[in-house]
Amino acid sequence: MLKVDNVTKVYKVGTFGGRTMTAVDTVSFDVRPGEVVSLIGESGSGKSTIGKMILGLTPVTSGSITVDGVPIQPGKDYYRTVQGVFQDPFSCYNPVFKADRVFALIKESYYPSVPDAEWTERVRSAIQDVRLNPDEVLGKFPHQLSGGQLQRLLIARALLLDLKLLIADEITSMLDASTRIDVLNLLAELKARGLGVLYVTHDLSLGHYLAERTVVLRRGTIVEMGLTSKVFDDPLHPYTRQLLSAVPRLHAPWDDIEPPATCLYHERGGVGGLLEADPGHYVACAQLSDC
Amino acid sequence: MSLRVNDLRVHYRTLKGEVKALDGVSFTMADGEILGLAGESGCGKTTLGKSLIRMDGRMRHAGGTVELDGRNLPVGDDRAMNAFRFHEVSLIPQYSMSAMNPTRRIGKMIGELLRSRGVTLDTAELHHRIDLVGLPREVLSRYPIELSGGMKQRMVMVISTLLDPSLLIADEITSALDVSTQKAVVKAMLGFRDNGFVKSMIFITHDLALTSNLADTVMIMYAGKLAEKAPADKVVKAPRHPYTQLLINSLPEIGVRYDQRKLAGIPGSPPSLLNPPKGCRFRDRCPIAGGECAEEPPVAEIEPDHFVACWKA
Repeated sequence: MLKVDNVTKVYKVGTFGGRTMTAVDTVSFDVRPGEVVSLIGESGSGKSTIGKMILGLTPVTSGSITVDGVPIQPGKDYYRTVQGVFQDPFSCYNPVFKADRVFALIKESYYPSVPDAEWTERVRSAIQDVRLNPDEVLGKFPHQLSGGQLQRLLIARALLLDLKLLIADEITSMLDASTRIDVLNLLAELKARGLGVLYVTHDLSLGHYLAERTVVLRRGTIVEMGLTSKVFDDPLHPYTRQLLSAVPRLHAPWDDIEPPATCLYHERGGVGGLLEADPGHYVACAQLSDC
Repeated sequence: MSLRVNDLRVHYRTLKGEVKALDGVSFTMADGEILGLAGESGCGKTTLGKSLIRMDGRMRHAGGTVELDGRNLPVGDDRAMNAFRFHEVSLIPQYSMSAMNPTRRIGKMIGELLRSRGVTLDTAELHHRIDLVGLPREVLSRYPIELSGGMKQRMVMVISTLLDPSLLIADEITSALDVSTQKAVVKAMLGFRDNGFVKSMIFITHDLALTSNLADTVMIMYAGKLAEKAPADKVVKAPRHPYTQLLINSLPEIGVRYDQRKLAGIPGSPPSLLNPPKGCRFRDRCPIAGGECAEEPPVAEIEPDHFVACWKA
C-alpha cells in the first residue's frame, strides 16, 4: 500500500542555507495493509523526517512515495486516508476549547452533510473503538484528561476518516508505563481492520512488541530490515547488535558488545546498498560473513 | 546510614489549596547505595528529589526531617541549605541540555562556578574525571552548543560532582537519550560511585528496566506515598505491592510479542492530591482491594530490607 522508493531528503543548513545536510539517504521500504512496520533509529537517524515526508509536511528531495500506486498529493483527499499522530498529545489540543472539538473540526471539513445525531453516534463508536468510555471523555477540557486518553482520542479522530495508513510518530514516549501499553494494544487491534501502521520509535522493546516487520535506520540509511523476529533474534548488522545490547532489560544485566574494530560501518557510516541475507531480511554490511 | 528521611511532607501552594505532593515518606539509605526512585508522573518522585536540595517558591515544607551523615538537613530553610548545596547534596537536573551557560566556554564556566563556591579549580582532577566519563579534554574549550545531548549530560555530571557531594540526585537524566548513550551515562554514574566521588545516589526515573540495571535498591512511589522499597532484584522478580506487580507486568520487554502475550495497562488514574481520599490511595485501581483498604496501610518490613505499604502483602 505505502511504498517509499529511494527517497532522499537534503536539508539546507547554516547561514543562508549555505551548507546541506542529508537527513534521509535513498531509503526504500513498504507497508502493507493490516501490518505494523516499526521504524527504529536513534535521534538524528531521520526516522521522523521519513514520517513527515509521508504525511506531506515536508517535500521529498528525490525519490517517490506512493500510496496504492498513486504519488502522494497532500490535500483533503490524501488526509482522508493517511493521518499522523505525534509524540506530544498535550500540544495537539487547544487548551481553551474542549478536547472533543477535534471531532467537530473533522466534521466541518470532511463531512459537513452528515446530520448531527448520526455524527454523534459515529464519534461515540470511534471512542469506544479506542477503548475509552465516551461519557468519561466527551465534554472535558484537555487538562482534565490524561496523556493516554488524549492520545487515544487523537487516534479516534483519525479513525473517523476512511483511514488506510496511520503514521504513529513516538506516540507513547510521553506516556506512563501503565497507560502506554493500552495505546500499543490499540494500534495492534487496528491491524485487524486492515489498517497499515508505520510505528516510528526509538524504543526497541516497544517496536518488538508490536510490529511484524522492523526497519533499523542509522544516519539516514537503512542498516537492517526484515521480519521483527529475524531482526531481533538474529541481528546481522553490527549496529543492530550493538543497539540491542544497549537496551536495559528487567531480568538480565547488560551484555557488553562493542562494535568490531574492523567494521566498515563504524568507519564510514552506512555502506553501499542492502544485501538480502535471508528471504525478506535485508542488511547493509559488507562483511556479513565475518561478523 | 548516609541519608535518613523521616515522614517528609512537602505541599505545593495553589489557588485551589495545597497539593499534597509528598505526603509522609520515610526511608534510609546506606553509604554507597544507589536508590532508584520510580513511579508514574505525579507520584512525587521529582518533588522528593527537589525537596532534598532546593524547594522552589511554590513548595512548602509541611513536616518531617531529613538527616544526612548524622547532620540535620534544613530542607525547609532556603538560606540555611546553601551551606549544604553542592558540597553535601548535589543535583543533575532533568534538562541538563539547558543547564550550562551558553555564552561561556565550558572550562571558563566551570572556573566561575567553583569560584562562586570559594573553591579553586584542580585541573588535573577535572581532566581525570572528564577521561572517566569518556569525553575528550578539548570539551573544556568548547561552547555547550557544540556538544551532543549525551556529551552535555556527561559534562553536567562531572560539573555537579566536582565538590564530591555525599548525596547526588539524578532526576530523569537519561529520559531524553538514545539507548546506547543511556548505557554510557549509566556506566559513568556507576564509575562515579565506585571512585568515591559521590557517596550515595538517588536515581529518579520512570524506566524500571534501566533502574533495575543500575540501582541497588528500588523504591516505588504512588500518589505521594511510598508503595514498595526493596533490593532491585526483589522488586523485579518478587514484587509484593499490587501496584508494583501491575507496573512490572505492563512493561514490554524484548522477547514479548503482542500476538503471543498481550500485556495489560493499569486502568484508571491516580487520585487528585488536592484532597486525597482516606485509606489506601491505590484502592480504586487495585484488583485485590478489600474492606480493610479503607484504612491507610502502614509501611511494613515484611522481609529484611523489603518494605511494602499494603494490607494484602
